[in-house]
Amino acid sequence: MGKRALISIGPYHPLQDEPEFFKLYCDGETVTEVVWEAGYNHRGIEKISESKTFEQVFFLVERICGICSTSHPFAYANCLESIPAVEIPLRARYIRSIVGELERIESHLLWAGLAGHFLGYNTVFMWAWKYREPILDMFEIISGNRNNYAMFTLGGVRRDIDDEKIAQIGKVLDDLMPKLELLKGAVMDDPVIHARTKGIGVLSREDILEYNAVGPTARASGVDIDVRRDDPYAAYDLVDWKVITAQTGDVFAKLEVRILEMCESVSIIRQCLDGLKKAGKGEIKAKVKDIPPGMGVGHHEAPRGEVFHFLKTDGSNSPVRHKVRAPSFVNIPTFRKSCVGQTISDAAITLAAVDPCYCCTERVINVYDRASGRKTMTGRDLIRLSQEKTERLKKGM
Amino acid sequence: MDPQNLQSALSGKLGKSLLDYRVLNDKRVLMQVPKEHLIEAASLLYQNQRMRFITASAMEVVGGYEIIYHFSDDSSGLIVNLKVALEGEKAQVESLAPVFKSAEWIEREIGELFGIEFLNTPHKERFLLAEDWEAGQFPLRRSFKKKLEKN
Repeated sequence: MGKRALISIGPYHPLQDEPEFFKLYCDGETVTEVVWEAGYNHRGIEKISESKTFEQVFFLVERICGICSTSHPFAYANCLESIPAVEIPLRARYIRSIVGELERIESHLLWAGLAGHFLGYNTVFMWAWKYREPILDMFEIISGNRNNYAMFTLGGVRRDIDDEKIAQIGKVLDDLMPKLELLKGAVMDDPVIHARTKGIGVLSREDILEYNAVGPTARASGVDIDVRRDDPYAAYDLVDWKVITAQTGDVFAKLEVRILEMCESVSIIRQCLDGLKKAGKGEIKAKVKDIPPGMGVGHHEAPRGEVFHFLKTDGSNSPVRHKVRAPSFVNIPTFRKSCVGQTISDAAITLAAVDPCYCCTERVINVYDRASGRKTMTGRDLIRLSQEKTERLKKGM
Repeated sequence: MDPQNLQSALSGKLGKSLLDYRVLNDKRVLMQVPKEHLIEAASLLYQNQRMRFITASAMEVVGGYEIIYHFSDDSSGLIVNLKVALEGEKAQVESLAPVFKSAEWIEREIGELFGIEFLNTPHKERFLLAEDWEAGQFPLRRSFKKKLEKN
């Protein structure tokens, strides 16, 4: 093998909630190999969980991810409640789905903004993040927090959504829809975005099945899976909605799936709000006496795909073993397929396309020349390369 | 696929090596095979039943370790938990990564955190623990004691 340059993405940035380290081996402009290393900020959450009570673990797993902070409590609740087979009150089921879907919207908007930034469309970045703000404010009204909402508890939810809040959420959704339409138009009809994302980072249906990828990454390649429909929980079997899929498997398809999913989430939330109104006042939490010895598995369709929890219990009030699998753990290995053969300028958007929980605006990226060991390129340069490519394409049109 | 149909399909192929098959509820199944039959059982679920491999959970039990491989049948929402028991301090089991790639990373994680050896795995380099982590120290084992740093 001739000389190859090693581009290090990572190891970690304190703001990334899933610190990762990718080694991109490049031959000239082309990526020839991707190696993933993990564990740079391993927090030992599975071990800590064994020393907490079942109620406390809700708050622990909420802190696994900062962007989709309700995904882990959602999956954990599904898992824990399956052991004594708890019946969740109707109001709590609706509220759980509302929180889950509001979070999907804010998470997808965050991703759309970052994708825009990587492509050199900082207007999309500023729009998307601006439209995300009212959703976060809504969370503050519902739960008191813009993030880490602490809404979930064993047997239901901790706070009710009353009629006044139902009206407020409805108003936020009314304001959001035209903006989503605007974003949809801006993305779907822009020839430069098409040129930068179509045919880039393609994952075939076979690749997805081979790597068992989940969420929008899988759905963009025509793999029609969604835990909300396949193994319904909360209020997802009480409302009418459809799973969004696309066929091409490239970055554009992932963009399309996420944007259309936001519209679908708005529809789910509206139906849940109606359901809440019809359900009338009632309990939001079922009484659960003990967690018997046994095992449980539970999952939730988070914005990035299936979050999976496993619990083994022994009749005490703490887990004996708690296993957590985040969607990025199975989505990231697909980089081996999607990045290899691409140019470095497309690497930033291809890596970002599976939305691997990058909540920071900048990553630590350096290019080292293998022969001299000299640093030649930084993360900022890599994003600049991507943005310059967009500029070139724009001029050519 | 419902749990009863799956049981008859599996017991036909696995015979006596299907040690246990428990229906936890209509969408959750726990089954156990001897570790020598792991590849056969996992291939049946993954290739014949077209199930998706979710992940694997390892745990320390009295006298050894257990690994539960989780599979999902997305057409019906059924989750099948395939358990193997590994006896003794030096636990070994065949790697599933040659059957499906997605097993590679979770096996490397379990290998580093529990010290379970996966035979015939394509990748053996360190994945999760730091490069300077002392070999033979497995942080999720109950016997693991954090060594105090010498002043």
